[in-house]
Amino acid sequence: MLNRRFIPIVVTVSLFLLMFAVGSFRYTGFFSLQVFNNLLIDNAFLLIVAVGMTFVIVSGGIDLSVGSVIALTTMVSASLLQQGWPPYVVIPLVLLIGAVFGWGMGAIIYYFKIQPFIVTLAGMFLARGLCYVISINTIIIDDAFYTKMAQTKVNLPGGTFISISVIIALAVVAAGMYIAHYTSFGRNTYALGGSEQSALLMGLAVKSTKINIYMFSGLCSSLAGVVFTFYMLSGYGLHAIGMELDAIAAVVIGGTLLTGGVGYIAGTFFGVLIQGVIQTIISFEGTLSSWWTKIVIGMLLFMFIILQRLLSGSRSALRS
Amino acid sequence: MVKHHLFWPTVVLAALLLFNFVYSPDFFSIIVRNGNLYGSLIDILNFGSPLIIIALGMTLVIALGGIDLSVGSVVAITGAIACLMIRNGSDQGAWSLVLMAIGLSIAAAILLGLWNGLLVSVVGMQPIIATLILMVAGRGIAQLVADGQIITVSSKPYNYLGAGSLAMLPFSIFIVAAVFLIVSLLTRRTALGLYMESIGCKPTASRLAGIRSRAVILLAYMFCGLCAGIAGLILSSNVSSADGNNAGLWYELDAILAVVIGGTSLNGGRFSLTGTLIGALIIQTLTTTIYMIGVPPEITLVVKAIVVLVVCLIQSASFRQAIAARWRTRHYPAEQEVKTHA
Repeated sequence: MLNRRFIPIVVTVSLFLLMFAVGSFRYTGFFSLQVFNNLLIDNAFLLIVAVGMTFVIVSGGIDLSVGSVIALTTMVSASLLQQGWPPYVVIPLVLLIGAVFGWGMGAIIYYFKIQPFIVTLAGMFLARGLCYVISINTIIIDDAFYTKMAQTKVNLPGGTFISISVIIALAVVAAGMYIAHYTSFGRNTYALGGSEQSALLMGLAVKSTKINIYMFSGLCSSLAGVVFTFYMLSGYGLHAIGMELDAIAAVVIGGTLLTGGVGYIAGTFFGVLIQGVIQTIISFEGTLSSWWTKIVIGMLLFMFIILQRLLSGSRSALRS
Repeated sequence: MVKHHLFWPTVVLAALLLFNFVYSPDFFSIIVRNGNLYGSLIDILNFGSPLIIIALGMTLVIALGGIDLSVGSVVAITGAIACLMIRNGSDQGAWSLVLMAIGLSIAAAILLGLWNGLLVSVVGMQPIIATLILMVAGRGIAQLVADGQIITVSSKPYNYLGAGSLAMLPFSIFIVAAVFLIVSLLTRRTALGLYMESIGCKPTASRLAGIRSRAVILLAYMFCGLCAGIAGLILSSNVSSADGNNAGLWYELDAILAVVIGGTSLNGGRFSLTGTLIGALIIQTLTTTIYMIGVPPEITLVVKAIVVLVVCLIQSASFRQAIAARWRTRHYPAEQEVKTHA
């Protein structure tokens, strides 16, 4: 008998396969390795953000600032590169900024017991506002390293290719899986999400775990920002608007419980792919408008949350 | 007096207004032009009216320990429905058509609120997530209704709603007054307000005490949808158009901010409608001030972020204790210091 815990992730994977199969039967040229690779190429940054978000949501929190941190990263990178800073200084610097930003939010959440929702909301405003402080216009990047990263194709057997961003994203997913399941930080995150009180009484390092979770999410966001910069080759304050919702949706569709304690990075991986497939199908269909993506994602979110409720027992449904 | 829950919001609002007065002394001047009153204060009330209305609805939802992220999307949907109906009518200026469009879009807004309420109270989802669904899908629905375009209408009666004036004042101010009066009477003159605070404190205990919490929660979300609908109509009629992408963008955050500044705790259980009113006015005044003193409007977001943080820190018990502890240690007598150093 299948473990109850694995049902959401099995549903996610089956749904992805089903959607891909439907697309393959419906449209000529859909069923190819390159279409699958394009899913990864176009969603590499979302994948990275979603890994960080998975940790936050598993711990029972939420991080609304990720989209803004991406925008801030593109903006800082673009303006520094414009002033002639070399990429090998700029990239570590923006990663540091993202991590410090996340650390700050985590510290406020832990020390002052303010809801993560409102703290990261403030972080979202702040990061977005800082972008505009730098500039309200698009800054184009023409740095040789960045354009090289954007254009390099890594050839795979079978005549298909992926981008360097995909390799980074897959490395983050692998690292995320390792951290979640084979380190004490990962185990503490699950414990924290299960019950913070119990985690504290068990003597787990609640303080450092909680702050580090948000720091990790900030780091992931800025790394996603770097990848996003490769993708867009520009810095702009309006980049990645609504990305936080895409990331949360991917995590939820991937089977992570919003109440915390349960979830898998692998599920998130497929959650991102499902969103990518929806976009691909809509673009293959041609006549459908892109706003259908939002409606379909909304419906999927609804479906998965209902599924979670059914699986996690209906007693708590009477809560309110 | 310092302990009164409206003390700090009022002080902030007064300080903002005072700053404006010092910066530009004619800030408070109100002149009569074409039989209407004009002035910065009137503008603040007029442009702030959608925010105030949404924030009032949000207050009730937050009082119940919930949150409604979908208000911005509801604003976009109602605007789109109303404008679409009016544009497709044979005579755009006909009162019957405009009233029907308003009625239908308000009904749609209440229906969307009902959907949120059902998810929260019957299905038992966390409010953030339940309303997140509509927030994501709602923008798509608004685009679908408007067919991805910005619908413009030229209808005098519809335009009156957001840009007309009555008794020398903008009409929207009267809508705000009506909504505020109705909510205040309903929550403070009937037992409904008490029920809400009770449910916000402890849902299970309230249910055991015989309060029909599901019905109350449903009502609150429906009311929040209604408020967002009214605000959507005001916003779209003010510019005589509906933009599915940008109408009501960020309104959910501003509304939550207004509620929190007004002293309503995000944990639920107690609420202050007057506080919310002041909170919304603070945000609108802040925006006006930023525009007036010539700081680039883009900085508004940074200022808002700092305001949210400061307000939340003041509300946080552990932060106050930390500050109080530091304050006390600074006030030891001088002899003690000498002794420890000796």
